[in-house]
Amino acid sequence: MPKRVETIVLHDSSTPVLGDLQKGGNVVVTSLETLLDQARAHALWPLTFGLACCAIEMMSTVASRFDLARFGSEAFRATPRQADVMIIAGRLSKKMAPVLRQIYDQMPEPKWVISMGACASTGGVYNNYAIVQGADQVVPVDVYVPGCPPSPDALIFAIMKLQEKIKRKEARNFKDLRLFEPTPRTLEEVQS
Amino acid sequence: MSLGIWKGVAKPVISGMTITLKRLKHRKVTVQYPDERREHYPRTRWRHFLTMYDDGLEKCIGCSLCAGACPAKCINVVAEENTDEARFSPGERYAVRYEINMLRCIFCGYCQEACPTTAIVLRQDFELASYTREENIYTKDMLMEKYPGEADECFKPSAAK
Repeated sequence: MPKRVETIVLHDSSTPVLGDLQKGGNVVVTSLETLLDQARAHALWPLTFGLACCAIEMMSTVASRFDLARFGSEAFRATPRQADVMIIAGRLSKKMAPVLRQIYDQMPEPKWVISMGACASTGGVYNNYAIVQGADQVVPVDVYVPGCPPSPDALIFAIMKLQEKIKRKEARNFKDLRLFEPTPRTLEEVQS
Repeated sequence: MSLGIWKGVAKPVISGMTITLKRLKHRKVTVQYPDERREHYPRTRWRHFLTMYDDGLEKCIGCSLCAGACPAKCINVVAEENTDEARFSPGERYAVRYEINMLRCIFCGYCQEACPTTAIVLRQDFELASYTREENIYTKDMLMEKYPGEADECFKPSAAK
């Protein structure tokens, strides 16, 4: 079996994404993983994590006009143990950040994060002492949604993008979830 | 016993199915989003466009009033002088760099209101989600319309999806 090659691509929040994991891998397991990815992508159960006004749009996304159930994501779970994707809807205050991280840690693998809205993604207009300037400082974010707040169709578009990402097998196993950095990089490598 | 089945099972099922059948003839409210789009209001504020005159000159004169009006401070304008050899806008100056951080932008439309030449406009394209933060910093190349009047395409009747 050839040696597994892992290339590290620069990820946004200075965390690596590991690619080429299936080089020299097993055909049977690869096909099974493809099937599992399809299943995961079409049954993304979101975690109820409305922090501010974006949550209103998140709620109307599930309502009948936009009907997130068409994408298999209608089952909003109030417990992290049963959720697959965390939709951070609203501004993340510094007091809430440890709670967010703990809830993220309690979610079972595999798990994904959608950062919904300007405040959750970058801080938005709230560039002050109280608001975390981007939720990716606390958890690794997969899809960023601009907007203040993003309209329900914009959130649906983000969920479709996340489904694409899952089907492209970019975030699949424990290493891909970027919970740790296997080979720490120097500052020059990150900047180059 | 048969009365119990009627009262306990058949009757509730029939009454429930009656409601279901009644609802079938109602108007469908769901917008099948990726296939069909809901109609947006004409002044919906989403993605920005930098517009140009019909002769191809940019409307933006690099005055940075949009950056000053922006409550989120997400616009960066670097202006430079026009010369007769390289003329980009009718005025004295033009924007050599024009960047908007779409993730920090709150789509309030103040830039649109502040612009003296109506160079920057907000239009209806809402599909802006991205995988990284860098992808959402829109540079001048991405914001500038490809041909004069591209930003107003969505107002034409043929653009209705």
